[in-house]
Amino acid sequence: MTNEQEFIITLNKVNKWYGQFHVLKDINLNVKVGERIVICGPSGSGKSTMIRCINHLEEHQEGEIVVDGVVLNNDLKNIGQIRKEVGMVFQHFNLFPHLTVLQNCTLAPIWVRKMPQKEAEAIAMKYLERVKIPDQAHKYPGQLSGGQQQRVAIARSLCMNPRVMLFDEPTSALDPEMIKEVLDVMVELAQEGMTMLCVTHEMGFAKKVADRVIFMDAGQIIEQNEPEAFFNNPQSDRTKLFLSQVLGH
Amino acid sequence: MKLDNRNGLTRLIYNPTVRSLFFQAVVLAGLLWFLLTIISNVMTNLDTRGISTGFGFLSQPAGFGISQTLIEYNETFTFGRTFFVGLLNTLLVSALGIVSATVLGVFVGVSRISPNWLLRKISMVYIEVLRNIPLLLQIFFWYYVVLQTLPRPRDSLTFGETVFINIRGVFMPKPMAESGFVVYMTLIVAAIIGVFVLGRWAKRRMINTGQQFPVFWASVGILVATLVIGFFITGRPIAFDYPELRGLNFRGGMSLIPELIALWFALTIYTSTYIGEIVRSGIQSVAHGQTEACRALGLNEKQRMNLVILPQAMRVMIPPMTSQYLNLTKNSSLATAIGYPDLVSVFAGTTLNQTGQAIEIITMTMLVYLTISLLVSAFMNWFNKRVALVER
Repeated sequence: MTNEQEFIITLNKVNKWYGQFHVLKDINLNVKVGERIVICGPSGSGKSTMIRCINHLEEHQEGEIVVDGVVLNNDLKNIGQIRKEVGMVFQHFNLFPHLTVLQNCTLAPIWVRKMPQKEAEAIAMKYLERVKIPDQAHKYPGQLSGGQQQRVAIARSLCMNPRVMLFDEPTSALDPEMIKEVLDVMVELAQEGMTMLCVTHEMGFAKKVADRVIFMDAGQIIEQNEPEAFFNNPQSDRTKLFLSQVLGH
Repeated sequence: MKLDNRNGLTRLIYNPTVRSLFFQAVVLAGLLWFLLTIISNVMTNLDTRGISTGFGFLSQPAGFGISQTLIEYNETFTFGRTFFVGLLNTLLVSALGIVSATVLGVFVGVSRISPNWLLRKISMVYIEVLRNIPLLLQIFFWYYVVLQTLPRPRDSLTFGETVFINIRGVFMPKPMAESGFVVYMTLIVAAIIGVFVLGRWAKRRMINTGQQFPVFWASVGILVATLVIGFFITGRPIAFDYPELRGLNFRGGMSLIPELIALWFALTIYTSTYIGEIVRSGIQSVAHGQTEACRALGLNEKQRMNLVILPQAMRVMIPPMTSQYLNLTKNSSLATAIGYPDLVSVFAGTTLNQTGQAIEIITMTMLVYLTISLLVSAFMNWFNKRVALVER
């Protein structure tokens, strides 16, 4: 446990199969506290699967995952402990449609953190203000635009006061003009020092805030570097091809 | 230019409002003519055959006995009374059936998607077999195949000489109120109210302070303590009338007649298969992303089900659930096939045979089912509105 202080997330030789299909091949990854990582790569390369393994939405079959000093295995208590500390934002928001925006934000703090309702609501309002939609608190998700819904989803995760935030293609389901409002919130969050792992195709976001960009293909980490070096001087041919396609237009 | 030159009548024919009014008037007139013809035809026929009409028969003595009556009844009561006896018997078996079919159905439906392989397969076979056998056959199965093979009263199956099961039905001790009964009942009602108050208090406290309280066990404790201690404090206010074998049958106590048991079981099991499928599809209709969001937030499986999945599944489940409740109530009229004294059997059967007043009796019976169905569906619509989602 030498890494305990230094790394908040450690993936050590993680392997995963879907039946015969080998989705993650010997993934090694260490994430420092406060580090902002952007993960990119073609679809089907295993980027989403990798971050979904970190809070056990997917199960890895081999290797070791340690989050905040807790080993991720089949122990329900460990899984619960990790999920409390790791927030996640999904491509399709996954807000609870039968609850108001405010109730969406207070549900987990009340039931998981056992927080008094008043306190939970105060915290929820604080984060809703941060994502700039406090006036929508008493509406239902179905009454909001996609961009607003995604910002609620970010606020909902932040209400649990997580140590790490995982973003799984948070802007892929949004109209172009709504992407910016979500990215602005994410940039602010990054600048405040939140540890973030973000699967995204928004290369502008990567250049702006990332400490490290990771390129994945066919279940492997092909290349990782600081954004400047990554974009200006990619090492592998696969990365070069990918970047030329993403940045080429 | 050419169009504008048409005369007034042509313009009227091509006016959509006039057109639709005209056709509606034609249909209405046709319908009225049809009804009038039928009614006058019926009146003439009844007249020539000398059949009396009107509801006078309801106050004539019935002259026949009924095997199960929830209100006081014997041969000297009127046909009007047989109507209510039949109605109450219908309501009894429907209410019993709806409650038990819902409980069993929810269990089967949840088992159907359980991670437990054996449970999943058993409930699949249960549903596929039992919903594909006609209900009438299932009623016959329980009545003729299962219940008719039970022993005669003399050789009854018994549990501690208090409950007896035989071919004539199930016989149980009947509780009877003694002095102090009112006080005892008041105590029990107070305890039940207390439990409700406790539940609300515990929930409020959890929301306000985050502290949890073992509501379930506290409630069980309060209720059991009240039942037991209250029983002795109020001086044993309930005595039991035990069934006893006298001659060929049991006397005293309470009994369930085999017709009721057969009908109840068949309705419960048949309807539970449909409710099971409704529950399964309701739960599966909630997008998988909801489950992932719950897990990512750290909610446990019970919280996920109760706080997120079921409230959303509910709105999908309620409309088809309503039609199952209506079906069960209407299907209970198959009672007449095994002689359970429900409304159809007693009123639209025996009473109709004895009075011959088919129109009045069938109309009354139909109106009863219609009223029950409309009431059930009005309640379910109100409930559905309460759980509906706000979309915009």
